[in-house]
Amino acid sequence: MAQLNMAQALNRALRDAMTDDPNVVVFGEDVGPYGGVFTVTEGLTAQFGEDRCFDSPLAESGIVGTAVGMAMYGMRPVVEMQFDAFAYPAFEQITSHVAKMRNRTRGKVALPMVIRIPYGGGIGGVEHHGDSSEAYYTHTPGLTVVTPGTTADAYSLLRAAIESPDPVIFMEPKSRYWSRADLELPARTDAMNRAVVRRVGQDVTLIAYGSTVQTCMETADAAKEEGWDVEVVDLRSLTPLDEDTVCASVRKTGRAVVVHESSVFSGYGAEVAATVSEKCFHWLEAPVLRVGGFDVPYPPKDLEEHQLPHPDRILDTIARLQWEDQ
Amino acid sequence: MKSIEASPELTLPGRKPIQLVDENGSAVGDLPDERVLRSLHRAMVLGRRFNRQATALTKQGRLAVYPSSVGQEACEVGATLALQADDWLFPTYRDTLAAVTRGVPAVETLTLLRGDWHSGYDPYAYRVAPLCTPLSTNGPHAVGLAHAARLRGDSLAVLVFMGDGATSEGDAHEAFNFAAVFNAPVVFFIQNNQWAISVPLSKQSKALTLAHKAIGYGMPGYHVDGNDAAAVYTVVSEALERARSGGGPSIVEGLTYRIDPHTNSDDTNRYRDASDAEPWRATDPILRFNRLLGVDESAYADEADRMMAELRAEMNKDAHVDPDELFEHVYAVPTPRLRAQAAALRAELAVDRDEA
Ligand SMILES: Cc1ncc(C[n+]2csc(CCOP(=O)(O)OP(=O)(O)O)c2C)c(N)n1
Ligand SMILES: [Mg+2]
Repeated sequence: MAQLNMAQALNRALRDAMTDDPNVVVFGEDVGPYGGVFTVTEGLTAQFGEDRCFDSPLAESGIVGTAVGMAMYGMRPVVEMQFDAFAYPAFEQITSHVAKMRNRTRGKVALPMVIRIPYGGGIGGVEHHGDSSEAYYTHTPGLTVVTPGTTADAYSLLRAAIESPDPVIFMEPKSRYWSRADLELPARTDAMNRAVVRRVGQDVTLIAYGSTVQTCMETADAAKEEGWDVEVVDLRSLTPLDEDTVCASVRKTGRAVVVHESSVFSGYGAEVAATVSEKCFHWLEAPVLRVGGFDVPYPPKDLEEHQLPHPDRILDTIARLQWEDQ
Repeated sequence: MKSIEASPELTLPGRKPIQLVDENGSAVGDLPDERVLRSLHRAMVLGRRFNRQATALTKQGRLAVYPSSVGQEACEVGATLALQADDWLFPTYRDTLAAVTRGVPAVETLTLLRGDWHSGYDPYAYRVAPLCTPLSTNGPHAVGLAHAARLRGDSLAVLVFMGDGATSEGDAHEAFNFAAVFNAPVVFFIQNNQWAISVPLSKQSKALTLAHKAIGYGMPGYHVDGNDAAAVYTVVSEALERARSGGGPSIVEGLTYRIDPHTNSDDTNRYRDASDAEPWRATDPILRFNRLLGVDESAYADEADRMMAELRAEMNKDAHVDPDELFEHVYAVPTPRLRAQAAALRAELAVDRDEA
């Protein structure tokens, strides 16, 4: 059993995938000898050579577009966008081509590629280094969008993403890169397309993903003092959404709060809340609530504590779930 | 005096950088007048101190991050001092020194990097756009502002900074092309410090020089010794003047070297040999001017000490931002949702204060 952090688990996933499949290639900005600004690609060029892991010119649209061509030719590119907001130059390639190729060609051309995007705040970064951009991608049919909340899932999800026949947007919660866990790899957690109950509770379901999984686990501990027995669901896969796991939990508890970092308005939580409202209406004791960022551009370092969901704010939200009607 | 010709048939830039003062501090071309040379020297000396001070502030936790321009002062200062009062500057995150040289108070240029807000000065007050982080995206902005000024009949030019790495981005290409097609009064100053974080120029471009790119867009390109403030100043001055008088845009490449890490949180040992920087230390822009002018940094030591003491005092002040500001500037008029969110945050913070 080794102590690994999330960045190391992702690194190991790339390494194992490259070992198992010679078609897997890694490229992007500073991913070669440097090993990536978050060290996720460390040592890959040394181990596999420049043809398998390399630095490209500095252009995200070029990186993703080139990956499309390589995937058409049967390779499995895994490309890195250095930060959330720096994936935006690649938006056209992602939405117009990556997402649509299979459908356009009636299934003739598949694009088995992975676009890794470190996302979210909480690291005191300057502007453009703290965006939660997941909803742009989940709103785009044709993309599979996943995000690990734990170090163990990081490994398995990335392995599964690389093996997927479809393009995957792999969102890495950058504030959790250094979360450690005891791991025996290459154990797999079967995380693709599946949510998981991280903590069992009876009173209310917190639905989280990425960085807020940990936040919700902390909230669940704190909630005990308030007398609430909290269940935490880690979505892992945003597209597709595992409705069965989510709905089973909410039907049991009767109350749900979705928690994410990104702005609430038109955020991913809106989709979850709508789905739960439709599918669990008769089991719900209260409306589904959301905790997320304010509807403002991601703030500078000194103000980010206000923007990020924290246990107190989640507890306040749980308190609004109409307990008095019981 | 035109020391650098803009040929109408656009001759290719030379492979040897344009130089007016060589590494030994000897004049090898027509120099700007003595007053200009002294102001370049002074601004570089103060600029180096500013760079060192800002990096020190990161170590003391007063600044979150600082991308230093040590070794690049001739570019930062030489290009910026070529601007006239009505001109505009579009800097990147690397170019706090250019903003300072333009007259923006040092502490206000550091707001972004301190983390109290995204941009600390009034762009209209100094004609300096906010420091731009998404690479090369300031290029089209510069072209647009320049084009607007031309449509209005205003005589001004726009100087936009970009790194060598940034020239690979699509927006750089689009900006170059728009500028040429619109005949916009823009000078693209490509600060070629030969690194984009860990990626060397050789992996960025196969062009003979980055200035060569200009030819394909139909504008002149100049490959300049970026450690020679006299050359940078002269070439950029002439390019700005041509732009102002309707002669169109140009690309000026300043060939220099990033002596410091990408930022204080970068470790150069992961990708380059310490010896890689050595030849560039020998061509240091300040050393060269010390020799040319027969005075060294000590000539400006008192002034630099005063400025740095002032900056430290400013930076030591608590930069408290009112959380209400989160909601104030998103739209001209905050939406009802935003007003409700502001009230919710105020209530939350009031409870926190009561509990404390
Ligand atoms: C669109 C975009 N992609 C990636 C980044 C991340 N990034 C910040 S600086 C940098 C290197 C830039 O190199 P260069 O343009 O040469 O400027 P320098 O830092 O050397 O001044 C990178 C990749 C960014 N800021 N914007
Ligand atoms: Mg550079």
